[in-house]
Amino acid sequence: MEIFLQQIVNGLVVGSVYALVALGYTMVYGILGLINFAHGDLVMVGALTALQTMMFLMGVAPGMSPVAMLTLSLLVAIPVCMLLAFTMERLAYRPLRNAPRLAPLITAIGVSFLLQTLAMIVWGRNYHTFPQLISTTPVQPIEGVFITPIQITIIIVSALMMAGLILLVTKTKLGRAMRATAENHRVAALMGVDTNMIIALTFVIGAALAAVAGVMFASNYGIAHYGMGFMPGLKAFTAAVLGGIGNLGGAMLGGVVLGLVESFGAGYIEQATFGFLNSSYQDIFAFIILGLVLIFKPTGLLGERVSDRA
Amino acid sequence: MNELALAVPWLGKRNPQAARWVVIAIAIAAPMIAMMFGRTWVRVLDFALLYILLALGLNLVVGFAGLLDLGYIAFYAVGAYTAAFLASPHFDVHLPIWVVLPLAAGFAATAGITLGFPVLRLRGDYLAIVTLGFGEIVRIFMNNLNYPINITNGPQGINSLDPIMLFGWDLSRNIQVSEDLAINSLFLYYYAFLACVAGSILFISRLQVSRVGRAWAAMRDDELAAKAIGINTRNMKLLAFSLGATFGGVSGVLFGTFQGFVSPESFSLMESIAVLTMVVFGGMGNIAGAIVGAIILSALPEILRHLAVPVQQALFGHVLLDPEVLRMLLLSLAMILMMLLRPAGLIPANAKYSHIRYLKAKGVTE
Amino acid sequence: MITLLEARNIGKRFGGLQALSEVSLTIRKGEVYGLIGPNGAGKTTFFNVLTGAYTPDGGEFVFNGAPLPSGKPHLVVTQGIARTFQNIRLFRELTALENVMAGHHIRTTAGVWGILTQNKHTVEEERLTTERAYELLKYVGIERFATATAKNLSYGDQRRLEIARALATEPQLLALDEPAAGMNATETGQLKHLIEQIRGDGITVLLIEHDVKLVMGLCDRVAVLDFGRKIAEDVPAEVQKNEAVIGAYLGGGHKHAH
Repeated sequence: MEIFLQQIVNGLVVGSVYALVALGYTMVYGILGLINFAHGDLVMVGALTALQTMMFLMGVAPGMSPVAMLTLSLLVAIPVCMLLAFTMERLAYRPLRNAPRLAPLITAIGVSFLLQTLAMIVWGRNYHTFPQLISTTPVQPIEGVFITPIQITIIIVSALMMAGLILLVTKTKLGRAMRATAENHRVAALMGVDTNMIIALTFVIGAALAAVAGVMFASNYGIAHYGMGFMPGLKAFTAAVLGGIGNLGGAMLGGVVLGLVESFGAGYIEQATFGFLNSSYQDIFAFIILGLVLIFKPTGLLGERVSDRA
Repeated sequence: MNELALAVPWLGKRNPQAARWVVIAIAIAAPMIAMMFGRTWVRVLDFALLYILLALGLNLVVGFAGLLDLGYIAFYAVGAYTAAFLASPHFDVHLPIWVVLPLAAGFAATAGITLGFPVLRLRGDYLAIVTLGFGEIVRIFMNNLNYPINITNGPQGINSLDPIMLFGWDLSRNIQVSEDLAINSLFLYYYAFLACVAGSILFISRLQVSRVGRAWAAMRDDELAAKAIGINTRNMKLLAFSLGATFGGVSGVLFGTFQGFVSPESFSLMESIAVLTMVVFGGMGNIAGAIVGAIILSALPEILRHLAVPVQQALFGHVLLDPEVLRMLLLSLAMILMMLLRPAGLIPANAKYSHIRYLKAKGVTE
Repeated sequence: MITLLEARNIGKRFGGLQALSEVSLTIRKGEVYGLIGPNGAGKTTFFNVLTGAYTPDGGEFVFNGAPLPSGKPHLVVTQGIARTFQNIRLFRELTALENVMAGHHIRTTAGVWGILTQNKHTVEEERLTTERAYELLKYVGIERFATATAKNLSYGDQRRLEIARALATEPQLLALDEPAAGMNATETGQLKHLIEQIRGDGITVLLIEHDVKLVMGLCDRVAVLDFGRKIAEDVPAEVQKNEAVIGAYLGGGHKHAH
């Protein structure tokens, strides 16, 4: 029973990070029908920028409180990622908006690898230790089930950010413009919506979420490196598809479900395959789920509209 | 071949016949010229030929049939590991190349169909992601199948693959012609690979101008319309996947035996992307494009490797960008800039899917 | 008159919309059969169900006395029904000739091995396909553009090319979805001539059209759809007098008659 509960905790923690990243994929896909391959790498840029800031702060103000330091580093990482996403959209994706369907996708793959390469140049190839400013000493809310304060923070922060996004999209004028653009660019433009601006904003908002996700991810594991964004990015995309791409609630649900599946899968795969496979196969679950969902229920768990575009 | 001749700058348009001979002459003389700069460069050419094979195979899937496959390198892995299992001390099995090659081709084709079936209904970007996942799954298995039974030897990979024996010749040994003249093993591999490339070009250009090539092009241009003229798109996709995979498998065998060892590291996603970049850079959907793309993007990083390190050392006193980073930078920029500035590729496809010569009697000319 | 195609109680629903309900009609061999109706009457849906793009919810098609496979476009073509699209769908990167050659796909048999070895059968088949495709281009009058890329043809020529491609599948029934859409009077006249020529060569034609004048002048018989139901089926002269039709279509629909 403790193991079972522990898996739920682990799954929820990873899942809420996936969910945050998945939102970025799903918003962009909803509005442009583009899989922004490079979105996962924003997670990495966020984490490494925050790391750089922390290093700097530790140098100039060694006595600074951990919370202040974390906040300041987020305040640097978020705008950096937003700016990066804005540039990406402007230079690489916007010129291809009416190109044949494979062109933007291939470009997005190129952008993803370019970001990784640039990160490799700036930060090197090594794994960096990421300061764990929030305690990682586990507490036991239930006997035998461990959860660390950073994990609690991750769940709470993710929930708050998602709630904020939902409010933004459903209650504000900007949100309405975003939904209108997703529905139909041309009509939205006729109604006086500056669709170019809305599309750029969608990228930028997604990037902010990714930056936060990156900092939390690195804080949880205590490491950061140039390739750290790719796998979580793919998994977050899987989460978005699982939930129903283009659907914000779906992205969150998908993230949590995927986190749980992975956590349980890794925990029980060895028993299930009689020791033939072990937890080093954890990464295959996301791909298997992705394949199964796309083949059997391409609309995902909550998707209403059929994505026959693509 | 004709496309390749036409792609020769200046001469191609004026005198295709002469251009054709130029291409052949270059192909034959290339390793001798390269040898003047050192054996490394012959090795680079050998690898370039392997990349050409891969690019030709991927071009079949992406360029002709319009299916974006990001897990293509998995088939390369299937071929290489087949060779490692069946011709190395790992299991102490030593089958000859004539057995290994068709088996590997068969396994790779089967893997292609296995991947093809579930993803038949997916289009465009979804297909890309699922094939990427397939490639990753294959790599994860290669990395981890050393436990509880050691099948792949995990991340260390498998060593000492048997060299290719052709008619009693061991391609990995230099041939001593006379006392002071020896043909280097790298040359033997070069010409063996060149023969494979030539055969592949012939095969693919025949496929291109056939009902199959036209059906693929039709499906790529408009799948619904292709169905509406009776093309069985399911079978055509499976055929593209399995033929493309076969190319991957065959090149994998050649790669494994040439290099002498295989490890999962050679089959990372980056390699799939590299081959895709070659196809995109050269020009999707045309044979010459795939070839030119493969040559440029496999040789350029090597040239940079030899230039960049000394240049950087001279300029900055130390190496800022190591060759691997340079390669990634080159590939990712090539992909992005090509899509933005010249989406049809270096050699835009004006691929022919019919022979006008059949209509000469009716006075039709191009 | 021999019946070529019989639609029996075809029904199709999209969500809450009953696009087709209980549509039955009979097309006879050798005639030009028109299907008309106001926008959204279900014409194109009928077309898509017939050609296998959609699966019907109810009913069946009987073609040449045998039921048609539903939901399998490529099998429907093999049976002898070819179609064109309302919004022209050519293989843009292929030449006009190659578009038509692709249309011949199902009537050819060369396999990968034959192509690889270029055996006698393959070479001969390829030659015949090429010649035949050229003949069809001539038939629709665009043979001078044989080696032009399809996307570079003019609108009217693209329409003709699409018809030639459909004819290459060797159909018994040629289904044309609004072939005159976007054409000027001269082009429409030429189209009418072409359709008459096709009928003259023994191919039955199903014509969906907005251009009432063209339909009335060309069709042997006409069926009218309104809100997914067939409200009339008769010779053009009778249909034009039909009260229900006038009410549903001609009455409020003069704007459709370009």
